[in-house]
Amino acid sequence: MIAEFGLAALWLAAALAALQLVAGALVLRRDEPGLAALVRPAAVVQGLLAALSFGALLLLFVQTDLSVRLVAENSHTAKPMIFKIAGAWSNHEGSMLLWVAVMAMAGGLIALIERRLPERTLLATLAAQAFVSLGFYAFLLVSSNPFERLSPAPLEGNGLNPLLQDVAAAYHPTTLYFGYVGLSVAFSFAVGALLTRQVTPDFARAMRPWVLGAWIFLTLGITAGSYWAYYELGWGGWWFWDPVENASLMPWLAATALLHSASVLAARDALRAWTIMLGVVAFSMSMIGTFLVRSGILTSVHAFAVDPERGSFILALLTLYIGSALTLFALRAGTVAEGERFSVTSREGALVVNNVALSAILAIVLVGTLYPLLTEAFGIKVSVGPPYFNPVSALFFMPMLVVLAVGPLLRWRRDSLGRVQNEVVLVGVIALLVLAGVWFNTSIGLLPLLGLALSVAIAVGSILPLKGRSLRRLPLAVWGMVVAHFGIAVALFGMSADSAFTKEKLVAATPGETVEVGPWKVTLEAVEPVAGPNWTALEGVLAASYKGGKPKQIAPQSREFWSPVQKTSESALLTRWNGQLYAVIGEEIDGGRWQIRLWWKPFVTWIWYGGLLIGFGGFLALLGRVMGDLKRRSLQARIARRRRTAADEEQAA
Amino acid sequence: MKRLLFLIAFALAGPLSAQDSLPPAPYAYKQLDDPRQEAEAKALMETLRCLTCQGQSIADSDAPMAGDLRHQVRVRIARGEKPEAIRAWLVERYGEYISFKPEVTSSTWPLFALPLLLLLVAAFVFRNKLGKKA
Amino acid sequence: MKQIRWTLWVPLALFGAFFVLVASQLMNPASTTVESAMIGKPLPDFALKPASADRPGLATSDMQDGQPHLLNVFASWCVPCAAEAPQLSALERAGANIVGVAIRDRPEDVAAFLAQHGNPYSRIGADDLSEVQVGIGSSGVPETFVVDGKGIIRYQHIGDIRDQDVPMLLEKLKEAAL
Repeated sequence: MIAEFGLAALWLAAALAALQLVAGALVLRRDEPGLAALVRPAAVVQGLLAALSFGALLLLFVQTDLSVRLVAENSHTAKPMIFKIAGAWSNHEGSMLLWVAVMAMAGGLIALIERRLPERTLLATLAAQAFVSLGFYAFLLVSSNPFERLSPAPLEGNGLNPLLQDVAAAYHPTTLYFGYVGLSVAFSFAVGALLTRQVTPDFARAMRPWVLGAWIFLTLGITAGSYWAYYELGWGGWWFWDPVENASLMPWLAATALLHSASVLAARDALRAWTIMLGVVAFSMSMIGTFLVRSGILTSVHAFAVDPERGSFILALLTLYIGSALTLFALRAGTVAEGERFSVTSREGALVVNNVALSAILAIVLVGTLYPLLTEAFGIKVSVGPPYFNPVSALFFMPMLVVLAVGPLLRWRRDSLGRVQNEVVLVGVIALLVLAGVWFNTSIGLLPLLGLALSVAIAVGSILPLKGRSLRRLPLAVWGMVVAHFGIAVALFGMSADSAFTKEKLVAATPGETVEVGPWKVTLEAVEPVAGPNWTALEGVLAASYKGGKPKQIAPQSREFWSPVQKTSESALLTRWNGQLYAVIGEEIDGGRWQIRLWWKPFVTWIWYGGLLIGFGGFLALLGRVMGDLKRRSLQARIARRRRTAADEEQAA
Repeated sequence: MKRLLFLIAFALAGPLSAQDSLPPAPYAYKQLDDPRQEAEAKALMETLRCLTCQGQSIADSDAPMAGDLRHQVRVRIARGEKPEAIRAWLVERYGEYISFKPEVTSSTWPLFALPLLLLLVAAFVFRNKLGKKA
Repeated sequence: MKQIRWTLWVPLALFGAFFVLVASQLMNPASTTVESAMIGKPLPDFALKPASADRPGLATSDMQDGQPHLLNVFASWCVPCAAEAPQLSALERAGANIVGVAIRDRPEDVAAFLAQHGNPYSRIGADDLSEVQVGIGSSGVPETFVVDGKGIIRYQHIGDIRDQDVPMLLEKLKEAAL
């Protein structure tokens, strides 16, 4: 019953999306108040129905209703509840339904609250949103019905890939999804603005919270994904420039650029066409990323949901969206005036550096990821990996980060470096001091060296905008910027420190043996069997002592899952403020000796703390923007009321 | 109880890890004594593709063949071979695919032309679009 | 203003290029196999100890006796290797001289494997560290190489040998003998 209800809600939502698209498009051609009045309500109800449909799927997974094919294939009665729930979206159909549900809810929310834009622009935006949603509805209803029944129902489900039975893995795809959906909203705004030729600061202000929201989710999603790869794959790496990782990085790069160019457009009415372009590109990157991951045309460590047929469907969808948006752009962008001019040394100038650098990095990541496909077409297999991506992206990252350290100090429109001379010199001297200090005391690679120096400079530079301002009266959005930029410094420090100072130890130890790695002494105390709900494992009990301190126990495991059958190694971590001890237990070799892998990774956790700070900064900015909008709106309402009462009194008099 | 669990764990481990029956190669999970050589070997291993796994380097994989390749790399480094010579030796056997580090060749030059092109575009943007008038 | 209009079409053109690239890739997916780059090159120098009691080990010099050989890379723990055993026997009956390289295998396991699936090999070398496998650019089991009488690798077959591959391999052997 629940499944049929979910399917019905999905069909109805699709029908409403069609109505929303047609009515919106007709209104664009000529003014029809009757049709125009339909669009907003259609968007709201569509959002509700899609949410109900996804709710139905969640309920089916919670109940483990094995008569539904999707549940039988992806769940199991013996699975912990938290993973049963995650099972609803850890598969192709469920994740598509989640996507479309979130997108429909976002559309409904816009229809409910957005009053800033000209009505025609808003209706065009909602129509564009419906256009995008319809593709996904068609995909779900035609080829990937999540509510399909099985007859007879099996006695037990298939389970879920054990690598995914992990909290971070279960939830990180959803955060990425929320990010992608947020970018689809930005895309709709961009298309709506282009269609009605209303590329204005108001457009940027209306779009900005959605970009911010999307960007926060993308930031957190990438952070969580990186941490998951770090502890789950068992070798201590946190970024491999793997195609799937690149697929999640590309929308983030575009969204970061969009966020900054939208600020320019909102504050100064400049970079109009460019902001529209980024709005289209950011969502395109989400779709392309999804396509690359799902179609399996690139080999990746993280290839879980690969299916070429679905790949073609996604390709068709993304071609439809991106192709039509880019055609519209080519036809219309010429009529969008360039907007206000500004000098190179100005806030806008610094933000253009940010945009150019981020776009260049995006191009490099995209081309580097796709390049093996290109040569494959000529029968040559090549690999493009970290030795390419690291230095080449640093070529653009480093100058951008230099500008980041001082850019926020510059004024809008026109400024001179002379005015911020003291600050620039301060940041520069700090960077050089760190550089020299590290250079003389250690022998590390060029990139980590520059990274360490820059991170300290950015940390200082990021808090300079607070100087001389009343901290209590400072707008939340400025706090957000400061926190996010500081987060970049923290993450950069972690990355550089980890790649420069990690200590590795691989040993075959007998119980009782002690191993040294960096400042740690680690003793293998015993190897014991343990059992979990759907696995058994051999667990190494290790006692680790930092610089002769009190030993702490950690217990890495070598796990065997039985449903489905798979072997994983569960690393054990010991976290200190200044880094992590990372331990993995391998096989037994020549009788009684166990392979142990140990790493001391100084400041590695700062990478993810930095990611969290960046996300938190985004959250502060979002809160500031939304509260500011609400305040302005209530102010406007009060003025209108006062005018009305004044007019009434006048009449009465 | 504990014994029983041990037996179950081993029994399950049996058919699964029956990828092969030999212990890993001596230097698959063992570092070289000279830290400088080990660092060289490690840096090289991180840039060599594990051919039996998908998209991982031989430094990040438990696949037996990755272990054997790590052994090869470490032994050759210990013998005094240069990392780039070892890479070339492997490329001679498996083609460029095995190396994550593209070299500038007739098939990969666009990868290296791209950043230069982007630098030119950036320079153009800053010269022509900005700074004229404010 | 006029002359930069065409640049507005650049994004669409780039996207078109992307589409062509991935669509062609979707239609004929790239092979996931890694081909050896050693075809046409001589075997590396090696001398492997015997992998089972009743067959001698394998050295490069054994392959330079003027006769072409099939070099079969296999392992007792590999399922497709058992699947191709009948085809190997057919090749042997048709006159092919087959030598084996057993990857990461214990002698008793090899003996049991051969007892069960038949022994088409004239020599079997034990490649405990995958040295020969890497040396000839093989990236998995089973793989079968055609090696001519001078020890030059002429052909590589990746994966198990199916029925239809038997005449093809015999043909390759004949070519290698010329």
